[in-house]
Amino acid sequence: MPLPYYVSPEQMMKDKAEYARKGISRGRSIVTLEIRDGILLVAENPSTLLHKISEIYDRIAFAGVGKYNEFENLRIAGIRHADIKGYSYSRGDVTAKALANAYSQALGNIFTQDIKPFEVEVLVAEVAEGNGSRNEIYHILYDGTIEDERNYAAMGGQADEIRRFLKDHFREALPLDEALQVGVRALTVTQNKTLNERDLEVAVLDRTKERRKFRRIPPEALSQLLGTQR
Amino acid sequence: MNDERWQHLFRDHANSSFSELLRRDSPHLFPGPAARPPAEAATSDPVPHGTTVLALRYRDGVIMAGDRQATTGYQVASRRIEKIFKADDLSGVGIAGAAGPAMEMAKLFQTELEHYEKVEGDNLSLDGKANKLGQMIRMNLQAAMMGLAVVPIFAGFDEKAGVGRLFKYDITGGRYEETNYDSQGSGSKDARDSLKKLWKRDMARDEALRVALEALIDAADEDVGTGGPDLVRGIYPTVKTITRSGFGEVTEEEVKRVCEAILAERTKTGNGG
Repeated sequence: MPLPYYVSPEQMMKDKAEYARKGISRGRSIVTLEIRDGILLVAENPSTLLHKISEIYDRIAFAGVGKYNEFENLRIAGIRHADIKGYSYSRGDVTAKALANAYSQALGNIFTQDIKPFEVEVLVAEVAEGNGSRNEIYHILYDGTIEDERNYAAMGGQADEIRRFLKDHFREALPLDEALQVGVRALTVTQNKTLNERDLEVAVLDRTKERRKFRRIPPEALSQLLGTQR
Repeated sequence: MNDERWQHLFRDHANSSFSELLRRDSPHLFPGPAARPPAEAATSDPVPHGTTVLALRYRDGVIMAGDRQATTGYQVASRRIEKIFKADDLSGVGIAGAAGPAMEMAKLFQTELEHYEKVEGDNLSLDGKANKLGQMIRMNLQAAMMGLAVVPIFAGFDEKAGVGRLFKYDITGGRYEETNYDSQGSGSKDARDSLKKLWKRDMARDEALRVALEALIDAADEDVGTGGPDLVRGIYPTVKTITRSGFGEVTEEEVKRVCEAILAERTKTGNGG
C-alpha cells in the first residue's frame, strides 16, 4: 500500500482557503444597506428565476454568493431550521443570530472536514421590530468565520472595493429609491458599465409590512425607482 | 457505479413539504397518533369542539365565516375562539370538530404552504393545497375514530381559473368540491338550510356578507352548540373574504352593524320566530 502524501495542516488550510476564495471572486457581488424602513438587498443577477436573495422567515432574509448549488442547499437548510423552530415554539422565537450560528458551524465543519470547501459566502439579515431594537446583519464566510455588520455589507468578487465605496457614500436612514441608487453604483464601482433593472435582483425587509417583511421588487417597479434620478 | 449518491435527489419529491420534514426530523412534534390520548380518555372526558363554520361564493371570490364558541358536552368551553384561519394570501381554512387538533392542523397547514412557497419560490395551485389538506385529515383518522375528528372547510381564490372555490372534507380525508356554498360543524345543517334559501349567483360583497351572517344566526338559533352574536360581551362572528387581491378581514365594526340590522329586522317582522 502506498503511503499517503504528508501535507502540513497549515498548507492544507491555506490551499483550501485559496480555492474557496478563487471560486467566490469569480461570482458577482451583493450589497446590503440599512435604510429608513428596513434593510435593502441588491444583487447583480441577470436571471429572474435563480435567486440569490430570498426569504427565510418573517423578519429574516438570506443572500448568497458563489456556487449556486452550494448556497441553495444552505438556503433550504435555513428555511427548514426557521420553520421547525417557529412551529415548535412561536414565530417570534426565530432569530437571525441562531441561524447565522448554524451557518457558521456548518461552513466551519465543511471547511475543516471535507476535501472540497464550499465556495460561498452567505448573509443573514433581520429587520428590527422598531421598538428600540436594531437591525442585525451577519456575514458568514466559506470557513465559518462570522462577522456582524453595521449599516452596510458587501460580499462576492469585488467586495473590498464595494465596501470602500460604501464607506464614503453610505448615509443613515435613506429612503428606498436613494439607497437603491447607492447600492447599484456600489455594484458597478469596479466595472465600466451601468446596470439596469434586468441585471438586478432586489428585495427589501420592509418594516412597514405586516408579519412577513420580505418583499421582492419586480423589474417594473425597479426601473421606476432607478429612473427617478437619471 | 454507485448511483445512490445522486438518484435519491430525484425520488425526494417531498423536499419542499414541511410536514414530511417534520415527520422525518422531529417526529415528536408531528401531530400523529402517538401524541394522542388513549381511546377511553378521549370519550369519557370530552374535549372542546368548534361548532359552525361556512363558506360561500360571491362575485369577487369567497366569504368564510364562523361563530366564536367552542363547546364541551353541554358546556361553553370558550366564547372567543377563532375558527377561520388564513392559510396563505389566497386561501383560508375554517375548522370544525375537536378544537385542539383542528387548530394544530391549521397551524401545520399554514406552515406547510409557507414552507413550500419559500423553498420553491412559487405558490402551490389551489388544487394542490386542497389535496394536501385532505392528506393531513387522513393522517388524523385514528384520532377521529376516538372522537377527535377534524373536518375543515377549505376555500380560496384560484388564480388560474380566476374564481373562488371551496372544498369540504370527511374524516377520512375525502375531498369534495362544492360549487356554491357549504357549512361544517354541529350547526352546519341549519346554516346550510339557510344558505340554500338565501344564496344567489354573483352576489355583491355586502349582500354575501349579510347572507353569511343570516346563516350563522340561524345556526346559533337552532343548534345549542353554536354561539350567536353576543351583544352583551360584544363578541361577533369572524368573517373573512378571499379575492384576487388577497385574504381580507371584515372588521368587527361592520360585522356588528350587519348583525344588529338582521336582529332588528327579525324583531320587527317576527321572521325567524
